[in-house]
Order: sequence, then C-alpha cells, then structure tokens
Amino acid sequence: MSAPRAIDTLKAGPHTTEAVDAFLAAHKFPLVEGPAITFIYRGVAEAVHLKHWVFGLPSSQSLERVEGTNLWYLTLELPAASRVEYKLEVVRGGHGEWMQDPLNPAQARDPFGANSVAHGEGYSVPAWSHHDPESRPGKMDELIVEGRTFGRRSVGLYIPARFRRTRRYPLLIVHDGHDYMSYASLGPILDNLMHRLEIPEVIVCLTSSPDRLAEYANDLRHAIWLTDELVPTLEKALPLDPRPQARCLMGASFGAVAALSTAWRRPGFYGRLLLQSGSFAFTDIGQRNHRGPLFDPVVRFMNEFRARPVAVAERVFVSCGMYESLIYENRSLVPMLRGTGMDVRFVEARDGHNWENWRDRLREGLSWLFPGPFLMVYE
Amino acid sequence: MGGLSVLPSVLLVGPQGSRPDLGAAIKEVGLKGPVALITAGWQERESDDQALIAELGVEAVNLKLHARAEQLFAADSELSKAHVERQTRLKQLHDVYRIRLDHAFESARAISVRQLDAQMLSEERQVSVEVLRYLDLDHLERSRSTHREFEQLYQPARRKEVMRHRDELRRLIEPTTAVVVAGGHVASLLYRLKLFDVLSLTGPRSWVAAAAGAMALTERIYLFHDFAPHGTGVAEVLDEGLGLVKDLVVLPDPRHRLKVDDREGISRFVRRVAPATCTAMDDGARVFVEDGRVTRAKALRLAPEGEGHVGWKT
Repeated sequence: MSAPRAIDTLKAGPHTTEAVDAFLAAHKFPLVEGPAITFIYRGVAEAVHLKHWVFGLPSSQSLERVEGTNLWYLTLELPAASRVEYKLEVVRGGHGEWMQDPLNPAQARDPFGANSVAHGEGYSVPAWSHHDPESRPGKMDELIVEGRTFGRRSVGLYIPARFRRTRRYPLLIVHDGHDYMSYASLGPILDNLMHRLEIPEVIVCLTSSPDRLAEYANDLRHAIWLTDELVPTLEKALPLDPRPQARCLMGASFGAVAALSTAWRRPGFYGRLLLQSGSFAFTDIGQRNHRGPLFDPVVRFMNEFRARPVAVAERVFVSCGMYESLIYENRSLVPMLRGTGMDVRFVEARDGHNWENWRDRLREGLSWLFPGPFLMVYE
Repeated sequence: MGGLSVLPSVLLVGPQGSRPDLGAAIKEVGLKGPVALITAGWQERESDDQALIAELGVEAVNLKLHARAEQLFAADSELSKAHVERQTRLKQLHDVYRIRLDHAFESARAISVRQLDAQMLSEERQVSVEVLRYLDLDHLERSRSTHREFEQLYQPARRKEVMRHRDELRRLIEPTTAVVVAGGHVASLLYRLKLFDVLSLTGPRSWVAAAAGAMALTERIYLFHDFAPHGTGVAEVLDEGLGLVKDLVVLPDPRHRLKVDDREGISRFVRRVAPATCTAMDDGARVFVEDGRVTRAKALRLAPEGEGHVGWKT
C-alpha cells in the first residue's frame, strides 16, 4: 500500500492554522509525490483555478478548499519528466486575478512575462544550460545589414571565444534569436556545448523581426532577405564556411515555419534545419485551418509542401512538446520530411509551447546537426 | 616503416585526464631520455607542455608538429589549398559513410529483435556484422585513394618547406632515445605525423603513447562514444594509423565513453574489427608491443561474447 499523500494527511487531521502552517513549512510546492503533483494556494478567495497550457487537459481546473481553512489544493497525475508552465487564477469579489504561484519560486520567463513552473518527477533543468565558469563565453556583437528588402536592419552576432580569422566557421541563423538568448539560455548553451566539444565552434546570427507573424509565414521577402542579403553580408564580414552543410536555419513556432519555408524556396542552400514546435498548420480539405486567418499563409504553404514534398536540406532536427496542440502537425510532418530522403531526427518532450522546452532540446538538436569534435578527442 | 626490419618497441598507455601516468610508464620501461615529445593532438595548445614535461620526469623536446604545419601552410599556399581540398573531400566521404553506417546499424538492430530461430538469428547477426565490416573497409579504401591522389599530385615529401621542417625534426630527434606521444584530437595528430612522415625519422627508437597517441600508432583508428549527446553513437572508422601496432584496436577511456555492460553492442563491435583484438584502456592501462605484436597487457580485452577480460599475454 502506498503512503498517503501529504494533502490527504492534512485533510484527515485537525483543520487548524497551526496544522496548515506546519504543512506549508514541511514541503516545497507544488508538491511532487511520485506521479502526483499537488498545487496549493493559501488565501481568502471565492475560487482558485489552475491555468495551464497542457493540450489534452482542461485548461482551467478548480482547486478545492480544505474545509475550515483558507488552503486550496488540486492534485493531478503528471507523467514522469513532465514540465508544466502555469498560473493561478484567484477569484475575489467576482473578479479573477491571474498570478504566479506565490509558493513556487520556479519561474519561466517569456516575452509576455513569466509563468510558474511545475516539474514532474525525474525532470531537472539540464546542467548544460547553466553558466559554467569553465566555459569561455562567446563575444556578442551587432551587425547592420543594408538590404533592398527591409532597408536597414540590425542582427546580433555570437562569436565563439576562440575565434580566429584564419578558420572557417559554420553559420547558425536563429529566428527570434534575441528571445532565444533571453529566454532559452542560448548564450551559455553555446558556450558549454563548444567547451564540451559537443558542437564545433560556430558563428551564430540572431535575427528578430518587427512583424514576425507576417514575415515568418512563408513570406517571399523574408526568404530573399535571409538568403540574398543577410547571408552574403555575413559571408563578407566573417570567415564562414560557404558549404550548405555548414549553414543552418533555426526557429521555433512561426520561426520554424520561416526556417522551413525559406529553405524550401532555395533547396540545397541551407544544409541543416532546426525546427522547434513549428506552427505547421495544414488542411486535408478546404483552405482555412481552425487556428484562424493568421495561419492562412502557413496553411497554403504547408498544403503545397505536403502535396509535393521535396528535400530542402540534408539534415532536419524537429522537436515538439507533447503538451502542445502542434504535436499533431509536427508528428504528421516528420514522415513526410523523411520520405524525401532528408535525414530527419524527431524528438518529443513532455512539455508545452514555451522557451524552456526549446531550451531543453538544444543540446540534442545542435549536436546532431553540427557534431562537435568530441568523437575525435581522446585525452 | 622507415626501412626497419623490426618495428620499434611500443608502450601504449591509457587516458591522462584525471591521473596522468606517462611519467610512470616511462620509468616502468626504463627510458632515460631525452625524449622527442609530440603534443600535436592538443592543436593550438600544443606548447602548453610544461606540466606534461614535468610529469615525464625526463628531458623532452617538443617537436611542435601542429605549429610546423601552420607555418608550412602559410609558406606553401599550393599545398595548403590542396590540404584543405583533401580534408573537405575526406569530410564528404565521411558524411556519406556515416549515413550508410547509421542505416546499417539500424538494420542490424531491427534484425536482432526478430523472432527467428537461434541458428538463423545467429547467421543474420553475422551478416549484419559483415555489412558493417564492408562499409568500414570501403571507407578506408576511399580515404586511402584520396590520400594517394594527394601524395601523387603534390608530393609533399619533395616540397622545399616540408624538407626544411623534416631537416629540423631530424636534428631534434637525433639525440633522443624515445618518442612520447600525448593524446588529444586524433585526426589532427595523425595527419601531422603523416605530413612530416615522422616515422621515417625516428628509426628504432621506442614509442610511448597515450590515448589518441596510442590510437594513432595502430593500423586502424575507430572513433567511438556510447554517450553521445544525441543518443547512442555508432563507432566509426577514421583512417589508417601509422601501423606500429598490428591487429589491435585501441579504445581509450571506456569509463566515460563505452557502455561496457552492453554485451550485444560490444560483441558486434569486436566481431566487426576481427581479427584485430579490441582493447579498452582506462586509467593506468598498459599494452606492451614488440615488433608490432602485443606481448602483454594490463588493459581490458573485449571478447566476441561481449565480455571484458583484464590483461592478457600472448
């Protein structure tokens, strides 16, 4: 017989302030007990709801109050190694206020703010995503690209710590690159993977768009800007290896659509693609996907690609969270990509559509697309 | 082999990361020094050799093959360009070999779990191994042909700058009693050893080599890492080594790189490289070699059944 859950013990005991205090002092929250995870809120409220973005579960679930106390709780079964971002909605005076979980210090930031994070049993933030004092940090720089398509645009550059002009470097172009740096620890990850010899030294170009939903949705202008304006500018300024296998386009969500569609417009120019939680919406009949008009150009592109799939790169790494609705589109795309002869690796994670999911897949993706010299080095 | 009728004595040593013991190895075989030191596997850090020389406990002169190659390429642009082209060609060959290898490995894995009778399964497993062996040999032959073409077209041994460096190397090696090779980047080390044809300059001197250095002295170099960041890696043949050690495949640092409890995987690899013996060399390991043959060893010998046996004598 398994041990009773802590919340059940509390419910069974005296419902006093002291008992609640002791319960809160004795545990970390949310409380993970095997596959069970218990969310707790303490405070006066009319109702408390758990708000999360796990596709497949109701997005709002009510917490129950422990009778005679102001302690609210909800226990969910969460598969091992899961990672869930959430907020609590506390209803007072008929008005719901969304907030981070006051009892949980773990947070994930994104461009819209921050969410609380719950880790299922067996999940831990990867060590290689933390700053390692032994890894020499790359140098950040900025480059102005003067182009006919979008005029003057600035891109960020990550230059590896041991950069030498006499060497030729692979190029990784990252859509929403500045967000990857801010929310997905891209900088320390690059430092660490190079230090551990898991990827070669690469030059990374960080792009950001002022109108990403339009430009990333199979926009011809974006493809021209990347391939005919940005890459030649970078190749003039930096010692880059000009071979397709040394060029990678990367992006998440709409950024992944931008990466795939740009490569599709110039097959063979980019030898590597890293596509995370791509918004690869399509229809089997009709032109309008349930996701709405924003996705119309994506649907047109994906329908065309699916009708005549072609090899656009040599290697494609695809990742997606199981807890995001896009898992359907991504699972469906993978066999199609493989059918073209491209070398495709697909990884699923028990996570949602968020930056830390994308962060956690970077080691596997980057080291597969650009294997480092670790296989060559025997000290 | 520099016209030698008997190959020099060789002592292969394990990894030097956590417990350096090249100095102890040198003492064990009674080498007095001075020794010619090769740290080209460390690439740009080649000259950071003070700690290693102190550890060796004998006088040492670093041949600085990495820096010499850089100087050579700076002075001889034609050779430098040809070298880059050759390396690009080798990388492309390796990419294609790797694709075939991955698919062959997947086939081997899929067949190994089929519900076949024991005899048929055993035969099919052997066929899977033969496919891997064929891919290895084919890749080696293609690499060999690329090297041959490079040698014939550019004749590095007759180029002025190469000859100048070789003269200097000859003078540096002349007073030494042995050659000591550290580990590091095995391809970088191997190609520099070959570029200056160091073997033809060292004559009957003994060699003591650690990790990547030990791999470079064998006939065939296999790269491996079972804990690759993107899943289980499949071992791959890199190239032919210097061939001072015959019929031996060296796998340094198994503690960090090899799933020693994966008997199926080990067994497949051992049969793949047969008739060569396969040895996993951890900290403190030793393999003693006379005239190209292992005479005794304190290292893990991997058996066709997938087991490891500590130490052996021939």
